[in-house]
Amino acid sequence: MIRFERVSKRYPNGREALTDLSFEVGAGEMVFLTGRSGAGKSSVLKLIALLERPTRGQVTVNGDNTTRLPLRRVPQFRRGLGVVFQDHRLLMDRPVFDNVALPLIVADSAFRDIEKRVRAALDQVGLLGKERVAPLELSVGEQQRVCIARAIVSKPPLLLADEPTGNLDATLAAEVMGLFRRFSDVGVTVVVATHDLPLVRASRLREIELDDGRLGTPAAHVDGHVDGHVDGHVDG
Amino acid sequence: MATSMATSMATSMASVSNWSARHGHALVSTTGHLARHGLATVLTVSVMGLALALPLALDVLVRNVRDATGDFSEAVGLSVYFKPEVAEAKARQLTRIAAERSGVASATLITASEALAEFRAQSGFGAALDSLPDNPLPNVLTLRPTPDAASPSQLDALRSYLLAWPEVDSVQLDRDWVMRLGAILDLLRRVTLIAALLLAAGVIAVIGNTIRLEILNRREEIEVTKLVGGTNGFVRRPFLYAGVCYGGLAGLVGWGLVAIAQASLAPAALRLAAAYGSAFRLAGPTLPDLSTLLLGGMVLGWLGAWIAASRQLSRIEPRSV
Repeated sequence: MIRFERVSKRYPNGREALTDLSFEVGAGEMVFLTGRSGAGKSSVLKLIALLERPTRGQVTVNGDNTTRLPLRRVPQFRRGLGVVFQDHRLLMDRPVFDNVALPLIVADSAFRDIEKRVRAALDQVGLLGKERVAPLELSVGEQQRVCIARAIVSKPPLLLADEPTGNLDATLAAEVMGLFRRFSDVGVTVVVATHDLPLVRASRLREIELDDGRLGTPAAHVDGHVDGHVDGHVDG
Repeated sequence: MATSMATSMATSMASVSNWSARHGHALVSTTGHLARHGLATVLTVSVMGLALALPLALDVLVRNVRDATGDFSEAVGLSVYFKPEVAEAKARQLTRIAAERSGVASATLITASEALAEFRAQSGFGAALDSLPDNPLPNVLTLRPTPDAASPSQLDALRSYLLAWPEVDSVQLDRDWVMRLGAILDLLRRVTLIAALLLAAGVIAVIGNTIRLEILNRREEIEVTKLVGGTNGFVRRPFLYAGVCYGGLAGLVGWGLVAIAQASLAPAALRLAAAYGSAFRLAGPTLPDLSTLLLGGMVLGWLGAWIAASRQLSRIEPRSV
């Protein structure tokens, strides 16, 4: 589903965020992207979502080589992935329904479908019946779940999440992770960038650890194996 | 075969309904947005309405002046003064010749004795005239050209033709002030055109700036929309609708302002015309004017919005996941 081949990313200010990075994520797999702030987690997500293109190397997502994808095909490409933000980025002047429906509306879905699929997505995150509520009337945890509903409403094969539990307490965080696990179980590829190492460990899933733009430890973090020294890299 | 036709028809109907749903969505979200920002919308529309009202008002003014002075276009003509020694009978003969010439609508002879009688009656110098040994006034022929022969060059040709007659002393063209009025109206029309062009550019700038601010206000929304796969076209659409709405409303306001101005001036104009014994009525903006202004406003609005949106939207790309 995702393949990084010797990828380097240098920003216009000269900072090299990623250096010679290679890894692969299989279809239907759920992985964690960890590392301290500035280690390159955001850069990896940006390269996957095609907000940036690599300086060197190749990024292949869902069969598309992002280096060569023409600009006009970027919207279509992005419809194949759902994104969950730490600050959820909901449109505060629109009700929950409109927020969740956005990916379907931009993809020209028929109105009948939109209603059905928005309700299905809200049902999955446990917010059925809140369609007409304004996001500001919801709790932080609920807002995060609306964001997740928006990410999955078009049933994308790939789900990206950047610190999805950053603003949540332990119980809510565990709930959100449970949701991601369920999506993964039905074949969605899930990439979660997070600081929350206890949660990563508890999940016993693969971890891709970044350290200064490279793989932190040999890419041996396979099948729930978690290295003891990871704690040392956590800041905050 | 029948099935595939049915399928393709169903598909095309679905795409039509998607198309209308898509545009309906943009239109609903646009009008909702304009309504929510009531005061700002009213101000923007007023400014643009004023800008569109000015050229229309000038145009209506020109039309009214032309109407009011239309009666005088008949005043274009020539006065042919015969030499004093030309006898009345000869003058009558020449008048008939002139009347038969093409391009001449009428030829009227004012004989020397008629002119003297009129002068005696109107001037009050009767006694002084009586002391003159003979009539000092010449026979005068007045000519009116047909409307299709009343252009300056045609009148000049007629004048040279008449001057060539040995019996003719001089020919005077009575068209100077008509030509001046024509020149003034022509100048006014040009002023109207220039004002219209400048103000159209102003309308584009106002709409462009309004749309630019709106885009900046909705930056977050645009980024999110692009991040979930919205194309530039999708993001631009509601802004184009907003531009067209602004422009259309401005056209309506502009026409309304001129109509109100006309209605408030009409009674006074009527009294003035009556004082001159004229049947002139101040004309207002017409329905074709309304459609021109509406359509023009919408086109300008679309253009302004398109320029602003194309410049701004390509700069707004999602920066962070």
